[in-house]
Amino acid sequence: MPPQEDQPSSFSDMFASIVDSTPYMRALGAYYAGKSSDGVSMGLPYRADLIGDPESGVLAGGALTAILDHGCGMAVWDSLNEFKPIATLDLRIDYMRSAKPGKDMIVTAKCYKLTRTMGFVRAFAYDETIDDPVAAAQAAFVITSNSPNGQRS
Amino acid sequence: MSHRELPENILEQIPFARFLGVKMELAGNELTLKLPYEDRLIGNPVLPALHGGVIGAFMEITAMAQLAFSENFTHMPKPINVSVQYLRSGKAMDTFARARLNRVGRTIANVDVIAWQDNKEMPIATLQSHFLLKG
Repeated sequence: MPPQEDQPSSFSDMFASIVDSTPYMRALGAYYAGKSSDGVSMGLPYRADLIGDPESGVLAGGALTAILDHGCGMAVWDSLNEFKPIATLDLRIDYMRSAKPGKDMIVTAKCYKLTRTMGFVRAFAYDETIDDPVAAAQAAFVITSNSPNGQRS
Repeated sequence: MSHRELPENILEQIPFARFLGVKMELAGNELTLKLPYEDRLIGNPVLPALHGGVIGAFMEITAMAQLAFSENFTHMPKPINVSVQYLRSGKAMDTFARARLNRVGRTIANVDVIAWQDNKEMPIATLQSHFLLKG
């Protein structure tokens, strides 16, 4: 069904194409996985070349870093509901348990506070349910307005 | 004296490090890791800028490699937590990183990493991390 003219469009309608047009997200095979009351979600398929420990077959923490960063950034855009350049100020990740080999990793991120210049985001990474997280992240984003330095998606 | 793992072998053990294309150099007991620039590592094609997740992952690998090398581990240490501060956008060029082992205890190690591109005095990011040491 075509979108109704009087329905306000949401910036999150663009998220799948934003992820697909980001070279590093394509390299990882990451995808946009929709949004819910828990936040904006992204997925990362399990792949042999993303393994961190060959003995256990567990995905590298570093492979998660990118979808946590990207998912958190999209949570800020979802709160803004428009495109503005944003830059990650900092990102902290706690690794709670090993990911289960063979499973897609899902990241769900929520921007719990937005100011004119900052977005504060909390995210969880999990392979089954958000209640049993593999990792948790806390990130702060600067919302820039054409600053000459430091915009990052 | 026990056998010391060659630095290249430490990276070869991590498929994800091969995926990123990470290389390393050894000067004395200090490693410098290199992330050669590739188009697929871009996060923002407009600037262009390296993806923040690439820089974070590269620094985490640097911490693991320095720990594994200095402490002569046969197993890769597991990250407990990492905190990344992004100072400047990563340009479309090679990136370098070096780790400092602040403390290596029996079960926990505390490691700092700094990453830079064309000027080491102008780092693009820093990382503070804890690792679990086993095996």
